[in-house]
Amino acid sequence: MDKFLVFTIVGLSLAAIYAVISSGLVLTYTTTGIFNFAHGAIGMLAAFAYWQLRFDWGWPAPIALAVVLLLLAPAFGLVLERVIMRGLQGTSEATKLVVSISLLVAMIGLANLIWTPGESRPMDTFFKGQKVDLGITTITYHQAITIVTAIVVAVGLRFLLYRTRIGVSMRANVDDRNLALLNGARPDRIGLLSWAIGSSLAAIGGILIAPALTLDPGSLSLLIVNAYAAAIFGRLRSLPLTFVGAIVLGLTEGYLAAYLPGENQYLAGFRPAAAAIVLFLVLLVMPNPRLRTRSQLREFFPAPSPSGMAMVAVAVVLAGVVMVTTLDTTSIISYGQMFPLAIVALSLVPLVGYAGQISLAQLSFAGVGAIVVAHHGGGGSPLGLALAVVVTALVGGLVALPVRRLSGIYLALATAAFAVALDRWVFNLPDFDIGPLHISLFQLGSTEIAPLKVFGYAFDTPSRLLMLSAVAFSLTALVVAGVRWSGFGRQLVAMRDSEAACATLGLNLVWPRLAVFMLSAGIAGLGGALYGMQLGSVSPERFNLVSGLPLFMLVVVGGAGLVGGALFAGIGLYGIIPLTSALFSFVAKINAVSPGLTGVGLGRNPSGVIPLVQEGVRPLRRDRVVLPAMAVAMVAVYALRQADAYGNWPFVALLLLVFVVANAVAGARARPGAAERRAAAAATSVGDLDWVGITSPWTSGHLAQLESAFAADGLPPMTVPGRSRAHDPSLPYGLAGTQIREWRGHEATPTAVATTNGHSAESSEEVVHGHARG
Amino acid sequence: MATLEVDDVSIAFGGHTVLAGASLQAEAGQITGLIGPNGAGKTTLFNIITGLLHPSTGRIRIDGQDVTELSLHKRARSGLARTFQQLELFAMLTVRENVRVAIDIRRRWSHERGNAAALTDAILERVGLAGVADERVTSLPTGQGRLVELGRALASQPKILLLDEPASGQDDIETERFGHLLQELAADGAAVVLVEHDMALVMEVCHQVHVLDLGHMIATGPPAEVQVDPHVLDAYLGTSRTVAVP
Repeated sequence: MDKFLVFTIVGLSLAAIYAVISSGLVLTYTTTGIFNFAHGAIGMLAAFAYWQLRFDWGWPAPIALAVVLLLLAPAFGLVLERVIMRGLQGTSEATKLVVSISLLVAMIGLANLIWTPGESRPMDTFFKGQKVDLGITTITYHQAITIVTAIVVAVGLRFLLYRTRIGVSMRANVDDRNLALLNGARPDRIGLLSWAIGSSLAAIGGILIAPALTLDPGSLSLLIVNAYAAAIFGRLRSLPLTFVGAIVLGLTEGYLAAYLPGENQYLAGFRPAAAAIVLFLVLLVMPNPRLRTRSQLREFFPAPSPSGMAMVAVAVVLAGVVMVTTLDTTSIISYGQMFPLAIVALSLVPLVGYAGQISLAQLSFAGVGAIVVAHHGGGGSPLGLALAVVVTALVGGLVALPVRRLSGIYLALATAAFAVALDRWVFNLPDFDIGPLHISLFQLGSTEIAPLKVFGYAFDTPSRLLMLSAVAFSLTALVVAGVRWSGFGRQLVAMRDSEAACATLGLNLVWPRLAVFMLSAGIAGLGGALYGMQLGSVSPERFNLVSGLPLFMLVVVGGAGLVGGALFAGIGLYGIIPLTSALFSFVAKINAVSPGLTGVGLGRNPSGVIPLVQEGVRPLRRDRVVLPAMAVAMVAVYALRQADAYGNWPFVALLLLVFVVANAVAGARARPGAAERRAAAAATSVGDLDWVGITSPWTSGHLAQLESAFAADGLPPMTVPGRSRAHDPSLPYGLAGTQIREWRGHEATPTAVATTNGHSAESSEEVVHGHARG
Repeated sequence: MATLEVDDVSIAFGGHTVLAGASLQAEAGQITGLIGPNGAGKTTLFNIITGLLHPSTGRIRIDGQDVTELSLHKRARSGLARTFQQLELFAMLTVRENVRVAIDIRRRWSHERGNAAALTDAILERVGLAGVADERVTSLPTGQGRLVELGRALASQPKILLLDEPASGQDDIETERFGHLLQELAADGAAVVLVEHDMALVMEVCHQVHVLDLGHMIATGPPAEVQVDPHVLDAYLGTSRTVAVP
């Protein structure tokens, strides 16, 4: 009985902390629509800051608390809102999530930068060791303070939201943002206030829980998973239900700590994973979320062109060849991770880019693939790889099936919960049997993976494995591009844009969602299997949630709907970052934070980096002279490197130089041509005529065009007194505009256009000419 | 038996009654107008018919079969298609692909075979979008965007076609062409329900007109009758009322 009471108190004080953290989360989510993955990380930074002030510098507790809770945390929240979050209106959930995930990653990096990891940083509880005797049991001051704090927060929030003017407009903003705007609410102020309060709440939670845990950036930041679970009880909206959720979770953890047999290997990991499992279960019983409608998303990803895809596939294989012929073995092993992890990143392209769904568990699926190939690889049989893909796809199906109704942030949370359950519990299980099936995982440590053998040829050296992964990436990339070209791909894209329209056209959304999730998991499984082969032996921490976040983030930063986005993630994380870190030590420090910072810029350009790059190299791609010349120059640079004329650094620098020069030359060559084309288009495009005199000066070309257009319609040509009229910018725009529109409305399907496939300027040109002839 | 029967449907959002016992019938081969001032509940009624919202009371029947409890996609498969007042286009796709997706969806569940590409072209030709078939939908003006939605709806070969303000964003000539198109579609046997603020269009093409005001169906009849109905005039224009003082 005494044990029960003691752990009830433990559970309740945990509950109080979860309640405080998750109420901050709910507040910012409901008022600004941004689900802050970095909420826990704010608490983490606050705990570190408090430790610094209170224990390292020895400030008195009240002053240290006041500085952190009333100054640093709210200021941090204000800056976040003003600099980053405000720019995210109208972006997809994936983009919003990535921005907050990148913040999380950046903040962990920042904490590691300021507070060198590995040092012991003891943090005492408040009024250390002092207890209150409640008669039936005792409660420490710290526990009592924690519980009272939660109650004060609850009452305070209630007062704020129901009794103050700004609180009422916050609630109005949740109900209907536009209506609130019309009635004079100021969303910017509401946003600022929410983020300031939210940050302070996270800070309170972080400071209260830190003494119970070690002061470690990663584990403190991931407390957020427990807070999510509580918030999900209230469907991310209701504060009272969030408190209920926090109590359920806190007590569950308290009692598990008390009564779960600690020596049992199978159950040891269950308690840390309990919150994630509860989160997953609560998501299962959630009522159907509303279908996505009216998603005027700012992201746009064109379908890949076959020639572009072929170029990428060949370039990746060539890059592999260059790497294995120039690098030493250590570097091949290190940079060899690039391609298998780029395959894992590729698995996100159909899921996030095409279908607009989110999964944070791709690296966990990769872990499943690695396990399968480790235990059932048959000593490197290709069947083992195939099995890894199939089993991982099935596991993906098992995860997706129960949550098939969910999308967006809820699916993201479900997959995060799955990933946490896997890396805290399942991956650390010893072997077990389910009926006749013997399941073997990482065997409580690491597990060996045999390299692939095809027709007696073993991929048993780092170089061969690197080439294998490069080729596998190219082939998988072609498959992923093929999906986009298929009817299935079109359907996924359609679902991303409007679930409501798809459903009202007769589409059962469940099956495409399930199918794309399984496809994506299967690809991740392949990547994981190849990754495992490259490493030779794998352990669970390679595949945990936190390691997977930068990959997810960089795919979206690169461009989630593009194969290039996956390549960007793989090369960025496992190529450029280690490369530049090796170059200068200060870059290594910046690199701890830089992946996070790249994500933060996404609000400005939600389609990602790759479209910008594509735009930048377009002239080069089309240049029939410079492109081959560049290829020849690169081959020459490579040949000289092979002849040992110079080392690797000059080689890389020369390659870059050749590319930069070629791109500049191609750009210069394309420019006059492009200007001519634009002028021609402006002179002949009917659509642009609406804007003539407003965005461009009126020219004789426009007049000729108008005349031919009117002639085509059987109307008398416009009479213009003298040539000078043609250059008169004051020619009534309204007249030209309406008449052209009438003409278009009257004859909207000219035969000449039906056969054209080009862009609008070309089509319009044919419209005009077709009619002039007719 | 009407092709579409909406029977005594009510719904409230947080205590605010949006529809109070609204009923409506739409016959095959006819165009049924649904008009009413802004906020009357027209789009909400469409959302209930298509299953995006669930009514608190009332039934929806298609060809006499009760579909009130059916999911969205099953309802759609029983012959219902719609367009949206706020465009729900597939923004990453071209005009042609928008229609093609709808055809593919239908072919998947109906197991029909046939030349999907040719059917796509035929639909684009019919709604007058062949000239812009390979443009991205987001580059089109709203009026043409509405035609894309119509084309998409036609691709599912519906018995019942719900059009939510299809003519807004179109100019007079486009609207006239559109009116002819609606009449053709009705002549082909579809039951067309038209929500529209362009009264000239409604009065010209509709066989029956239902008038909705603040959630109540206040008048039903042929356009000529509805036009002079005092309740309708009151709802649209307002009339002077004598308030009885107790």
